[in-house]
Amino acid sequence: MKARHKRFMWIAIGLLIIAVAVTLVLRAFNSNLVFFFTPSEVAEQKAPKDRTFRLGGLVTAGSLARTSDGLTVKFDVTDTAKTIPVTYTGILPDLFKEGKGVVAQGRIGTDGVFKASEVLAKHDENYMPPEAAEALKRAGHPIEGKVFAGQKPVVTQASSNIKP
Amino acid sequence: MNWNEFFSMGERAFYVWGSFGAFALLIIGEVVLLRTRQKKVRQKVNT
Amino acid sequence: MSIFKYASPSTFYPLAGKIAPWFAVVAAMLGAVGLYLGLFRAPVDFQQGEVYRIIFIHVPAAWMAMLIYLVMAAYGVMALTFNTRLSSMMMEALAPTGAMFTVLALWTGALWGKPTWGTFWAWDARMTSTLILLFLYVGYLALINAIDDKKRADKAGALLVIVGSVNVPIIYFSVKWWNTLHQGYSVATSGSSMDPSMRMPMLVMTFACWAYAIAVALWRVRAIILEREKEAAWVANLYVASPPKTSGARA
Repeated sequence: MKARHKRFMWIAIGLLIIAVAVTLVLRAFNSNLVFFFTPSEVAEQKAPKDRTFRLGGLVTAGSLARTSDGLTVKFDVTDTAKTIPVTYTGILPDLFKEGKGVVAQGRIGTDGVFKASEVLAKHDENYMPPEAAEALKRAGHPIEGKVFAGQKPVVTQASSNIKP
Repeated sequence: MNWNEFFSMGERAFYVWGSFGAFALLIIGEVVLLRTRQKKVRQKVNT
Repeated sequence: MSIFKYASPSTFYPLAGKIAPWFAVVAAMLGAVGLYLGLFRAPVDFQQGEVYRIIFIHVPAAWMAMLIYLVMAAYGVMALTFNTRLSSMMMEALAPTGAMFTVLALWTGALWGKPTWGTFWAWDARMTSTLILLFLYVGYLALINAIDDKKRADKAGALLVIVGSVNVPIIYFSVKWWNTLHQGYSVATSGSSMDPSMRMPMLVMTFACWAYAIAVALWRVRAIILEREKEAAWVANLYVASPPKTSGARA
């Protein structure tokens, strides 16, 4: 390969990379910078109505229910201020748990129920051995991870049941 | 210590060893590439 | 004068050759200790079980990806202000290792995301900005190789890296500024949400990666110095003075 050809090849690669990067940036800034909307934002009509979006928050403790076909699940997503019911047909991720974070993609129906096509678990940044988590729970200080920006600490059921 | 249990990583062997394996592979790859580069340039300078 | 003494490739070449092996030894030792602690001593996580162990390479790799880029940007500022050849050479020496750590952070992140979140990839702010970091590394390498005139190539590369450095705080603070799928900081100045038995191996692995990156960058910069200055008299003297019997030990 001649030096000139080589140079053209590198410039082409460089331009291609810059083009891809710019596309990604635009894509991200367009709508995906906000990866999900919280139930409060949905209640304030901030989420798009005509297309799919992601709803993020905590799965309300005690709200998870399976319908008779065994595959469709219903649960509530809350940010402690507002709550939105969600239905989903499919396999839930391992870390999907009541009281834990979740991000669901789908659209909201006229009945106010969010029909999810994809459900992702959003775990927090707490890492500890099971014994330590158990000890904290027993002491009445359950682990409170912040799952979304600006979230107020959530007192889970487990902690309110156990009084010192 | 049970080695089978260790390698199965709680049924998550693919993800855990896929990560640690890539880590090892990339580092070995970088060192090998660097060694060839060094050898090549030394030969060029020597002659 | 004394500060700039080692800014000359001819004096830095032997110095780099002397200190690089020490960093390599430190990296190997810390890496062995970190892997032992991470894989054998650290307990399982109460939520994620065994799979959380990916954190012991994922977080160090992601930190290195950002840190190496910032170091490159600092060298870029030096290259443009003092016009030192060695600064540009250090940038070129660091870039492949930075790109390697970025690939590693993305790869391990995908393998960690699938079993925990339920997906390999999501276009959230943390992940998208990390992908852009990879494109910046690759773009820099493509740019400096595309321009034949080395002086102009160095200037253009330094400029690209300096401009691109705005991306690093975006990566770091993305989990705070926006709603992301990615979780927040596990280690912060205000304390850590990680159990000490899990934090320790992560920090040891991080220091191992630091030592590794320094060793590899010094080693690579020696090759770059020879490649770029092969016509210089001091290079010729180097090999007349010491025949290549040292190549095995120094390599």
